[in-house]
Amino acid sequence: MKADPRGVLTGVHFIDGDHACCEGALAAGARFAAGYPITPSTEVVERFAARVPTVGGTFIQMEDELAASITLQGAVWGGAKAFTVTSGPGFSLMMEHIGYAAMTETPCVFVDVQRGGPSTGLPTLPAQADMMQARWGSHGDYEIIALCPNSPQECFDLTIKAFNLAEEFRVPVMFMMDEVVGHMTEKVVIPPADEIEVTPRRHTHKAVEDYLPYQTNGDMVPEMAHAGEGYRFHVTGLTHDERGYPNMTPQTQDKLVRRLQNKVRAATDRIAMFEEEQLEGADVVVVSYGITSRVAQRAIDVARERGMRVGKLRLITAWPFPENKIRELAAEVKAFVVPELNLGQMVREVERAADGRAKTYPVSHAGGGVHNPEEILRVIVEASRCR
Amino acid sequence: MPVKDVGLVDQGVVNPVEPFLRSDRMPHIWCPGCGIGTTVNCFARALIESKIDLQSLALVSGIGCTGRVAGYVKLDSFHTTHGRAIPFATGLKLANPKLNVVVYSGDGDLSAIGGNHLIHAARRNIDLKVICVNNLIYAMTGGQTAPTTPGHATTSTNPYGTFEPAFNLPHLVEAAGAVYVARWTTFHVRQLARSIGEAFQKKGFSFIEVISPCPTLYQRRNKMGDGLDTMKYYKEQSKTRHGAPTSEVGLTLKGEIIVGKFVDRDRPDYQTMMRAQYVEALGERFVEAPEMVCS
Amino acid sequence: MAKGNVHIVVERCKACGFCVEFCPTKVLALSSVFNSKGYHPPHVVNPEKCSGCDLCGMYCPDFAIYGTRVVPVRGEK
Repeated sequence: MKADPRGVLTGVHFIDGDHACCEGALAAGARFAAGYPITPSTEVVERFAARVPTVGGTFIQMEDELAASITLQGAVWGGAKAFTVTSGPGFSLMMEHIGYAAMTETPCVFVDVQRGGPSTGLPTLPAQADMMQARWGSHGDYEIIALCPNSPQECFDLTIKAFNLAEEFRVPVMFMMDEVVGHMTEKVVIPPADEIEVTPRRHTHKAVEDYLPYQTNGDMVPEMAHAGEGYRFHVTGLTHDERGYPNMTPQTQDKLVRRLQNKVRAATDRIAMFEEEQLEGADVVVVSYGITSRVAQRAIDVARERGMRVGKLRLITAWPFPENKIRELAAEVKAFVVPELNLGQMVREVERAADGRAKTYPVSHAGGGVHNPEEILRVIVEASRCR
Repeated sequence: MPVKDVGLVDQGVVNPVEPFLRSDRMPHIWCPGCGIGTTVNCFARALIESKIDLQSLALVSGIGCTGRVAGYVKLDSFHTTHGRAIPFATGLKLANPKLNVVVYSGDGDLSAIGGNHLIHAARRNIDLKVICVNNLIYAMTGGQTAPTTPGHATTSTNPYGTFEPAFNLPHLVEAAGAVYVARWTTFHVRQLARSIGEAFQKKGFSFIEVISPCPTLYQRRNKMGDGLDTMKYYKEQSKTRHGAPTSEVGLTLKGEIIVGKFVDRDRPDYQTMMRAQYVEALGERFVEAPEMVCS
Repeated sequence: MAKGNVHIVVERCKACGFCVEFCPTKVLALSSVFNSKGYHPPHVVNPEKCSGCDLCGMYCPDFAIYGTRVVPVRGEK
C-alpha cells in the first residue's frame, strides 16, 4: 500500500541523518514513539515530538530505556506502528525487550545511533561496536533484521524499509546508524507519498472463533490482532503454543524457537541488500557498512588508481548476514578487507562465510573517529599481495 | 455424604466468573490457600457490576504468581516482562485511548523491578487501573524478601529476619500522584469488588492494593499458619479507615492492617493534558491521533 | 424452602476451606472424600440454610464453588 500523505514531507531537504530517520519513520506510518534522551540519537525523537501532533500520533518520553522499549510494544498491540531511538548505553537496557519482541512477534523498529563504548564510552563520537549486540544481545535463540545506512538519504529510505521488514516478518528491526551518519547534514529527497511503498500490518481477517494468534501458514509468520477488536487473545513471553498459551515443554520450545529463527533465515537472500561495485575480476573486495563505507571509498579509489583490482561490497543489511554472497565471492577473489569502527565484529562473519577460500583482513578502529583512508589502503595493498 | 460434582454448569446455571476465564487453562497454578484467585473473583464481579464492555478491556501483567492472571482471564491479555506491565499498558492505552487498561500484578513486580514505572505512571496520571496483589514476598521464585516484606519477617534471603524498611505502597503512589488509592485484603471480597468498580469510574491512575496470603512461603516460614489462618487474621486484625492518611497505613508482621479507600481525588489524566497542550500551542495545526492506525 | 443453591466443581477444589469458614449461614463442611488431586472438597451439610449469596463463590480462589439464588415460582409466596 502507499504511504499516508500526512506523514510524508515531500520535497528536497538539507537535514541530518537523525532528522531524516524521523521523516522516514513518519513516512512509513509510524505514529508512536517512546524514547529516553541519549546522545547522539535524541534529535530523532525531538523532531518526532515536534512533528507528530501535526500528523496525528503520540510521542512519550519515558522514565528510562527499559520503559521506552516496552511502551512502544504496547502501542503496537494497540494498533500503532511504533519505534524507539537510542544509543549504546540505552541499547544495552533495551535488550530484554528485543527478546520480548522476538518472542511475541511484535513488529517494531529500534534505532541505535552508535557511539563509542563500552559503558558510557564516547557519547558524542562514532563507533560501530554494537553490531554483534544487535544480533545477539538478548538471551536465547532468535533472529532479528539489522540495516546500516551510510547517508542521511539512506536514513530516510532505509527507515521506511526497516518498518516494512518489521511488518512483513513480525520481528524487531535494528536500525544501526552511527554518530557521524546521524549528525551529517546532506541533501535528502523525500518523494511524493504515492511513490512510497508501505507494508501493512499482517492483520487477521479471520472470525474470532477461527483465530489462533500464533498459527502460521507456509511463510512461518502468524497473523496479528489488536487489543479491543474482540479476539480476546493472549500474548506471553513464555514459550507458547498456537493459541498463545504458555506451554513449557521441549517440544513446544523446539517448534516455536525454530520457527522464530527460520522465518528470517529462510528469507536471508530476499532480505539482503548491498551495494556492489567492480566485483567481477576483483582480487580484493572491501566489505564495509555505515560511515566506514564512505571512508573506504577513498581507499578503494586510490588503490584502483594504482592499478589494483579492488571490488566494493557495502552491506546495507547486516543481519541476517548475507553469507551466500560472501561465499560466492570467496570462490572468486583472493581476499576480503573489512574496515569497521570496532575491534572486529562483522569481520568474523565474513571470515566464517569465506570459510578459508579467501583470506580475511580486518581493519579495526576502536571508535571515536573514522579511519584514515590510508590505513584501509595499506591493508588493501597487503591483501592484494597475498597468495 | 457423597459430594456432587456439577462440572461448570448446574441446571443451566453457570459460575458467574466462568465467562471471564480461559476455562481450558484450569486448574490454575496457584497453591491451595493462595489469595490471587479470590482477587480474580472480585475483579470479575466488579466487571459484571460495572457493565464494562469486555471487548474494550485489556489486561496487562508482569512476571510472578500474580503475573499469571493475564493468562487465565478471557480478555485481550498480555503477560509482559518482569516489572514492565505499566509501561506496556501505557503504550497500549496511548495507542488506543478507547481501551480500558488494567494492570494486574504483584508487589515485587510493580514496586521493586517496576518501581520506577509505578511512580512515573502515577505522576503522569496515565489512565490505568492497577491491581497490586501484595503477598509481602517473592513467591514464584521461592520466598525471597520483597520491598514490601515487613520488618522481622523471615524469608529465604533474610533467614535471620528482614531488617530493611518496607515500602508503604498506598503512601508511595499517593505521593507520586495517583487519583484513587485503596487497600483491602482477600477477606474483604465485597469491598474489593466495589473498589475495583469505583476505579473504573475514575479517569486517571488508580491503585488498589490487595493483601493476600502466600501460605506456601510467607506464612509457613513465619509460622502464621495456612491460607485459612491468614484469612482469619485479616478478619480479626483489619480496621477499615476510609480516608486514613496513607502515611499511617504501613504494615507490620503481625499487627493490624488498615484497609479502606484512602485517596479519591481528581486531576486531569495524561491524555487530557497532552491534548489540551497541543490544542493551545498548535491550534488548527493539531491533528487528532486516529484510532487503530494500522488496521 | 432454601433461598439459594450452592454448586461445587469438585475437581477444581484445593480444599483451602475459605468457603466453609466464611459462609454466613454455615451451609458447608469439608467432606471426607478425595478428588482426583487428593483434596477434600466441601459438601453441603445444611442445604436449607443457603441464601444464595455467592460469598463462597467470591472467596473461592479456585473458581470451584458458587451460589445462586432460587427464583421463586410465580404465584408462590
